[in-house]
Amino acid sequence: MVGIVTYGVYIPRYRIRIEEIARVWGANAGDISGGLGVREKSVPDVDEDTITISVEAARNALARRPIDVEALGAVYVGSESHPYAVKPTACTVGEAIGATPHMTAADYEFACKAGTAGVQTCMGLVQSGMMRYGMAIGADVAQGAPGDALEYTAAAGGAAFILGTDDPIAEINHTCSFTTDTPDFWRREGQAFPRHGGRFTGEPGYFKHVQGAALQMLEDVGTKPSDYAFAVFHQPNAKFPQRVAGMLGFSMEQIKPGLVVPRLGNTYSGSSLIGLAATLDIAEPGDRIFVTSFGSGAGSDAFDIEVTDAIRSGVFAREAAPSVEQLLANPVYVDYAKYARHKGKIVMQ
Amino acid sequence: MSVARFWRKQPQRYNLEGTRCETCGRRFFPPRTFCPDCRRDGKVVEHRFNGTGQVVTHTVIRTASEQFDAQTPYVLAIVQLDEGPRLTAQVICAPEEVYIGMQVKKAFRRIGAESASGPLYYGTKFVPVE
Repeated sequence: MVGIVTYGVYIPRYRIRIEEIARVWGANAGDISGGLGVREKSVPDVDEDTITISVEAARNALARRPIDVEALGAVYVGSESHPYAVKPTACTVGEAIGATPHMTAADYEFACKAGTAGVQTCMGLVQSGMMRYGMAIGADVAQGAPGDALEYTAAAGGAAFILGTDDPIAEINHTCSFTTDTPDFWRREGQAFPRHGGRFTGEPGYFKHVQGAALQMLEDVGTKPSDYAFAVFHQPNAKFPQRVAGMLGFSMEQIKPGLVVPRLGNTYSGSSLIGLAATLDIAEPGDRIFVTSFGSGAGSDAFDIEVTDAIRSGVFAREAAPSVEQLLANPVYVDYAKYARHKGKIVMQ
Repeated sequence: MSVARFWRKQPQRYNLEGTRCETCGRRFFPPRTFCPDCRRDGKVVEHRFNGTGQVVTHTVIRTASEQFDAQTPYVLAIVQLDEGPRLTAQVICAPEEVYIGMQVKKAFRRIGAESASGPLYYGTKFVPVE
């Protein structure tokens, strides 16, 4: 059965506290931080972007399991902050891990769920026998306009997953999606920052689609929330995933290992995949993991994943690459001025 | 730097691809096609360096050319790879953190950009081993 052969994550070391952003805009830091459930967010270095984050995540995946990269038939990178409007991030990633030239590559964009869309594509390509391995990456250096609500959470980071049928560390039993045309968030061509459709963000956007995909999954597979050891939901803030987990019948204990947003922020296309990676960091053989992503626009992809004995076998070295906890440890805090410089928000002449 | 020149160097810049002499074991970066020690007895093959090493010496660039101006101040060092060759590269740390003998490993970073609409250049820098 198709599954996750290996995975890797990369998170930049810089952080900015929510109270520092609130200080600049004269907002109430306690209200914002409390309302979002987010204390700080990651900030890319001046020379980091979606390409560099994707390469580092892919290399971390290969460090855990050095598969034959010539058998890697596809690289898909999901992001809404690809450095080029035209020229694929995935080609640079393929070159930097030595997988070129006999592979296909493409960039995906679907707000925060482009990474899980890539996972589904790789599942199909691998399961149909078209290729031995496929790599799906979700990575972003997320954009938020100065002073906008999004600026408090838009973070940087990414995760890479290699899909295959050779002794996977976690089998993907099933996937399904829920998609509609919903104007909750968008960025027009040539615009530096996205905009959001206010009231569409919560119920008509996140909750409708996450529940739509999750309930479909439970019905398709014939399971109930208590059948899963862990659950991961897209985490634009800490409140939404906790609320939707409660609505669906999942407990706080089930979502706790993957709920990294309070210390990381929203890494957009990386968000649910980094949550899954944090869960796989501590999962044991036999654990079943329920994952539902969400991307504005809008849609959700759900996955039923079951960890295998391979995660503790000689073919996979979990400690050969940094865990999400290790990547979150020892951050370097920056003030708003330095954050603005790192994010290119200061116009240079 | 021209697009063509950077493209030609991608294997070296992305993956530290050099060469080694199978006769004497000496490794070369940038790659050489001829071993100066073994000469016609040498057999030079491709070799990808693992990217670990240590700082031999360093400086801090505070006034840079236009392409690197946004990154100042940054640390520029001669790094000796554990596998032998030395190369000049940026070390990603605060100027006061770098020291001779610092253990470093490779990191994939953006090297520069050719104007707002030109190509982006990526390659290898080094980060401290924690």
